[in-house]
Formats: sequence, C-alpha cells, structure tokens
Amino acid sequence: MVTKVHMEALSPTMEEGQLVQWLKSEGDEISSGDILAEIETDKATMELVARGDGMLRKIFLDAGGVSVVGAVIAVIAAADEDISDIEGSSDGNGTQPALPEESSAGTEPVAPEEPGAATTPEIAADTQGAGRVKASPLARRLATEMGVDLLTIKGSGPGGRVVKRDLEGAKTAVSNAAATTTWTSGENEYEDLPTSQMRKSIAKRLVTSIGPVPTFYLTVEVDMNRVIRARESMNNMLEEDGYRISVNDIVLKAVAAALRQHPNCNAQWHDSFVRRFNAVHLGVAVAIDEGLITPVIRNAHAKGIMQIAAEVRELAGRARTKKLMPDEYTGSTFSVSNLGMFGIQEFTAIINPPEAGILAVGGIEETPVVVNGEVKVCPRMRITMSCDHRVIDGAQGARFLATLKSMLEEPTAILL
Amino acid sequence: MATMTYREALNEALREEMDRDPDVFLMGEEVAEYDGAYKVSKGLLDVFGDQRVVDAPISELGFAGLGVGAAMAGLRPVIEFMTFNFAYLALDQIINNASKLRYMSGGQFKVPITFRGPNGPALQLGAQHSQACETYFLHAPGCKVVTPATPADAKGLLKASIRDDDPVAFMEGELLYNLKGEVPEEDDFVIPLGVADLKRVGSDVSIITHGQMVHLALQASDKLESEGIEAEVLDLRSVRPLDVDAILETVQKTNRVVYLEDSWPYAGTGAQVVSIIQEEAFDHLDAPVLRVTQADVPMPYAKNLEALAKPSVEQVLESCKKVLYR
Repeated sequence: MVTKVHMEALSPTMEEGQLVQWLKSEGDEISSGDILAEIETDKATMELVARGDGMLRKIFLDAGGVSVVGAVIAVIAAADEDISDIEGSSDGNGTQPALPEESSAGTEPVAPEEPGAATTPEIAADTQGAGRVKASPLARRLATEMGVDLLTIKGSGPGGRVVKRDLEGAKTAVSNAAATTTWTSGENEYEDLPTSQMRKSIAKRLVTSIGPVPTFYLTVEVDMNRVIRARESMNNMLEEDGYRISVNDIVLKAVAAALRQHPNCNAQWHDSFVRRFNAVHLGVAVAIDEGLITPVIRNAHAKGIMQIAAEVRELAGRARTKKLMPDEYTGSTFSVSNLGMFGIQEFTAIINPPEAGILAVGGIEETPVVVNGEVKVCPRMRITMSCDHRVIDGAQGARFLATLKSMLEEPTAILL
Repeated sequence: MATMTYREALNEALREEMDRDPDVFLMGEEVAEYDGAYKVSKGLLDVFGDQRVVDAPISELGFAGLGVGAAMAGLRPVIEFMTFNFAYLALDQIINNASKLRYMSGGQFKVPITFRGPNGPALQLGAQHSQACETYFLHAPGCKVVTPATPADAKGLLKASIRDDDPVAFMEGELLYNLKGEVPEEDDFVIPLGVADLKRVGSDVSIITHGQMVHLALQASDKLESEGIEAEVLDLRSVRPLDVDAILETVQKTNRVVYLEDSWPYAGTGAQVVSIIQEEAFDHLDAPVLRVTQADVPMPYAKNLEALAKPSVEQVLESCKKVLYR
C-alpha cells in the first residue's frame, strides 16, 4: 500500500514546518509508528511518525527545506510498487529553500507572540487532509471525552489508525498525571461568569482607545529582604540534595498564591462571559535563541516552591532545545516574565491572549529607602502588571498587587 | 427440558399448532404419505387426516397460490417447500401476492401463511441446490423471515410463525435436522418473532449471525477463547423483523463486529445490518465491520472448491482478529 508522508500540523498553530533531518533514508524498511524525521514547527522540534508500512521509497523534501502543512514530503510503499504518479505536492512544492529565521519585530522580547495559551485543545483529527489523524470513530469520541489531542497519540491500527487501546494508554497517562499534578480539589477548574452590561460597555469603549486588548499597567516596589533570607535558608536546607531555589521561583509561588485570593485577575475575556479560573496555570516566559516561549507550570497554586523550581528548570531546558510538546506551552491562565537577570529595573510586558494579565519582574537593586524617618539601604524589586481592562479594573489589579507585595515582604504569608 | 432433534422439535410445533387451531393445515410435496422429504411431518397424516395434511403435485407456484387463497379466506396454511431452492418457482405468489395483499387491500385481507422448508448450503449438492435463499424473501417488505438455529428456537419460532397474521418464510437449516438440543417442556412454548438471542456472551468482539451459521460462530468462538479472545455470538433468529436494539447493544459492548452468513455478500442480510450499525452506532465502532459470507460465486460442486466458497471457522477467526487489530 502506498502511504504518502505529509508535513503534519505538529503544533496547534503550525502552518509550515522545516525539515531538520531525516532519521530514515530512501530504501529503509519502515513500520507504522517509526520516527521518520525531525520537523521544526513554529514552537518546537517535533518527531514525524510513519503512518504506514513499507519501504521509504522517495524523499521530496531535503533537510533544511520548508513545506506547508499538508504537502507530500515522502512516500512509503512496497519495494515493487509503482509510485511514479506521486510527486511532492505542489502546494508545498516541497523544495523551498530554508527561510532565514524571522525575528519577531516586537518591541520587547518578553511576551510570547503567539497565543498558544489556553486555547481550546483542538482535535487535530478533525482537520481535513493534511495532518489528518486516522482514528476509529470510537477512539475519536473517547479522545473528545478525555480531552486528549489525537495528534499526540500514536496509532497502533492499520496505517497508524488510532484505536481504542491506544487511548487506554493515554488514559492511564492522564490519570497518572492527575494523581501527581492536577486539579484534585472539589472545585471546578474554572467558572464562566456572564458579562454584565457595564462590563460590555467598558470593553466596547476601551477597545476603541487601545485594542484589541485594552491594557493598563500597575507598578509597585517590593522590599525583598525577607525573600532573600528565606531563599538562603531554603537553599541551605536543600544543599545536600543539590537543589537550588531562585528568587523567581519564590515570586512564581507568591503569584500563584495571590491569584488564588484574587481570581478575577486569573481570568479570560470571552465577550459574552468572563472565564474565571480557580486553578492557576502559570506561563513562564523563557528566552530562547530564536525568540521566546512560555512553558506552563500547571496548578502552580497546588505545588511547593521546590516542585515549581524543578519544573521551571526542566521545562526551560527543553524549551531551549525546542523539545517541548504542545500541551507544555499552552493552557496558561496568567504569565510571569522576568528580565531581572539582564539588569532591567522595570519594564512592561505584553499580555498573552486570552490571558488577562502578565507580571513583568525587574531585578533586585540596593536602594535607599526611608524607613521610620531614616534612610536605609534595602534590596528592592519593581514588578509591573499588565492588565486587560475588559476583565480587570484598576482597583482589582491594585489589590492583587498589594497582596503579592505583602506576601513577598512576608513570605510566610504564602503558607496561609 | 426435553432433549430432541431439530426435526422432532419442528414436528412437535406443527402437531401442537394443528391440535390447537383447526384452521391450520399442511400442504406440500410428499408431506403426507411419505412423512416429508426430511421427515418433519412424520405421523401427522395419521393424526390429522388427508384434509389437513395434503400431498401436492410438483407445482410450487400452484400450491403456494392455493395457500395464499386459503389464507385470504381465513385458514392458516403451512406450505412446505421440499427445499427453499424450489421456492424460487413460487416467488410470484410469495412476493407479489402473499407479501403485498394486506397493503393493496387496505388491510381488508390478511395473509397468515407460513412457507417453510430447508435452506442454506448443504454438502455437494451443486449450485442450484446448495444455497442460502433468505435474501430473496427479505428484500421486499411484507414477508417475515425466520431462521432458527436450535431445536428450541425451531419449535418456539415455528409456533409463533403459524400464529402470525402476516406471511412468514420459515427457513430451516438443511444441515440442522439431526441436531439435538434441549427444548422447554412448557405447555405452550412460543418465541416471539423479532427477538434476537445471545448464544454466547463475550466482551471483545461480536459475531452477529443467523440460521445454521450460528454453529460456525460458536465453533470459532471456542477457538478464539483458547487465544484469550471472548467473542459474543448474537443470533438474530428473525432477519425480518430485525432486533435492532440487540444489535446496537452488542456493538456498544464490544465496539467491533463480524457479520457471518452463508448467503452471498451482495445485498445480503449482513449488508443491511452493517448499514444500521454504521448509522446508529458509528461512535461506538473501533474498527470497520467485516463480513464473512459465501463467496460471490454460484456454489461449486467440487468438494475442494465448495469448501473454499463456504464461510469457514478460519475466516471467522481471521476477521475477528482483524477487527481486534491483532
């Protein structure tokens, strides 16, 4: 049987992919499920999996080449099968020269340029033609019920068809993950609150001024004395185990804890309703060579600082080598960007829609401060929150920042 | 429970119904003096006399038509075809008269007639005498089609067919007459038409079938069991009316189906069942529904070719494994 190898949509937003390298050569025997090539998507380097058995007869797209999603880039067939009528597909043309990396023209490097976050997981299997996942009707239904993206499932049926048993594996994986990391409290992950007429009017009018996301900024300076001491003491305790906690890890934990107290800042604008999250999924902006990406710490509110630290390290490491899976950089409810390590004192970050807020964290500076009528030198840090005014009003954002400030100035408050 | 053969069970059903209702009579070639070609009517002439157990000339169209007229006039004829291969000669009466007169008379006439006889491939009888004929009687609406696989079903379903106010093609398995089985001894054991029967309970794959193929399905299931696969065998019993609920229930349970029949694939019973499944239970399917049927050829006479043309246990095993992706 002839199986055309297509450039598949390996991320939710991928429109074209660059062939990093073929892991199989023309003439190699291929079984369904074998990894054929590495493809660089708009987000990460992903594996392209064979969806048929036979011999890799012809490669149309060389390493470094770029094809649009759906283009035929190779053919798998029996050794003696006639494949003369199959060509690299014209819409991808298969052979465009590799494009130079286009740097995003953003004025600041912190906010991710692509939404990615919190988009409804698309069942990629529903897309036609390109990147279409073969799945039995039952598997398709189960995947929808389980919230599993069929693209992430390796099909074991004929031609790579995803069948029920493949999802049983995924189910175990999902429930294992649930056991350690997910939302286990009795609450719902989020609630949808109908938009009042006033909110509608605010949204409508503000967008005519600044759009599409009417953003305002709130800055506050935080005394970091106690965070620094807490960090030292934690790192002393962890020294033997080889763990290190950064100031940013503590900031992330505090943000998650403060968002739990101010869920109206942990929300999304959906025109007819505001989706207010109980769970805090924190996007953490990570600079990589070609741009940036925001891996997500899921249920950050339910995790300890050590676990957050470990996850940030692990995800950032894989982000730099472009090995993140799509579900690892989507679904955040609020983001944090830190440029302190570059000596930046204070900046504004751009909201990553559909989130309604992002916190820009500057560096800690020794600053003269008046305390009880005396000038003292204190370690101070400036944080600036960008707020989507359709969702968050000034006073609400200010209250959230006040809570966050008090938690950082007295870290034991995070435990409350 | 009494143990008896399929043949004896049919004989009991006829005897009980003729006893119960004086309007019931049996007519066909050699049913009286000779006790029937397959001895189903053994002893009935002695009990009920030659007014109710009638030898007919070799004229299928004639005595089938006579039966239709008698049914319209208020009797309940049981017309025996020596085999259903010969019923082709009577198709005009069965399809154009018996099956349509209730509709065409606006319900003024009912046609409570039972056409019965052996059906299905036997052993080396050649293309004209070795075939499953049910599709001819299924195709046009108006005639019910019943295909019992066991002595108990044969008895209970024949009694229900005789009592039914519509024409019924009661198609006995030609290879089943000597099959022994338990039959309930209750006074009036009747199995309603249109109710399927789970002949084997399983969880991994459903073999849906009817008629004498039920036994092939059970043999295949035993082999599958030894390989750790639990097959469910659903015997439709009536292929018209069809027990759609039972079909959907087993599909929802196992998510995979093999239809087994000894008729041809083209426009066969399985084709209709598959159509219903994909329409009504699409989201429950984990694999395409496969069919195991008689090959799409006239039945060969040569023994080796005949074996290749008929559904086999091996084909059923292969199809079951295919839908299980094994």
